[in-house]
Amino acid sequence: MWIFLITEIMFFGGMFLAYTIYRGAYPEVFAVASSSIKIFLGAANTVVLLGSSLTMVLAVRAAQLGQQKAIVFFLILTLLLGGVFLGVKAVEWKEKFDEHHIPGPTFHLEGLPDDQQGHAQLFFTLYFAMTGLHALHMIIGAGILITLIFQANRGKFTADYMTPVDVAGLYWHFVDIVWIFLFPLLYLIDRHMKQGPL
Amino acid sequence: MSEHIDSLKTYFGVFAALIVLTVVTTAVAFVDLGPFSTVVALGIACCKMLLVTLFFMHVRHSSKLTKLILIGGLLWLGLMLSMTLTDFATRGVMGVPGR
Repeated sequence: MWIFLITEIMFFGGMFLAYTIYRGAYPEVFAVASSSIKIFLGAANTVVLLGSSLTMVLAVRAAQLGQQKAIVFFLILTLLLGGVFLGVKAVEWKEKFDEHHIPGPTFHLEGLPDDQQGHAQLFFTLYFAMTGLHALHMIIGAGILITLIFQANRGKFTADYMTPVDVAGLYWHFVDIVWIFLFPLLYLIDRHMKQGPL
Repeated sequence: MSEHIDSLKTYFGVFAALIVLTVVTTAVAFVDLGPFSTVVALGIACCKMLLVTLFFMHVRHSSKLTKLILIGGLLWLGLMLSMTLTDFATRGVMGVPGR
């Protein structure tokens, strides 16, 4: 599992690299574009995702102790928090659609001259690619959780056999870590240059 | 994988620390630190990553092999980032000989 997570680090690492290079190339435009994202939902979502990591680790702990009912309970809680995260993400994306901040023919970001609109599209391309890839990982994680909930409900996991729960936990925490880096990079680091909406 | 079982207190403590760091990084984003805004934001993100890996992912109690794989992976990520950024940052500094 750790080897798989390393390949995932490199996978996301490529996107972070692309982001870093283009941010270095067009810092002002990226600051304007990044500040158009509302910070409150992102911060709240970070707390929700960290909470889901806590419930996940509690599920793993319950499995280590062989507490069948607690495994199911904490896995369901993790799934619910993951669902809340994806729901909030959907609201954020919907807002971007309404504001014409989706890269494409009707793209327009307020406060930028015409010749810089392309660079702003670059930011939002990266924004949607990175948050989209992260959301896809969350959806896969939710599928894994649902499978585990059914298996745990049948009493499959005991203190002697809990590797699937352990491994799913590692995956879930990895996805959490990706968000830990996405949140400051996409929402926060340019905020002081241009005060955007909360 | 890890036989060690942490107490609930440890997990809730780590969770509280993660929430505090999230609040701090959000608040600091509105303060103008110049180029250090990025440094502070990524520094806090790295702290959060360490908390999650060491405690939630049990790396603290993991085997040396797991730790080696993780460090090796981060090393390759560091290589990829630093080599590519070195290239981008220094292009055109020297010119191309013979052209």
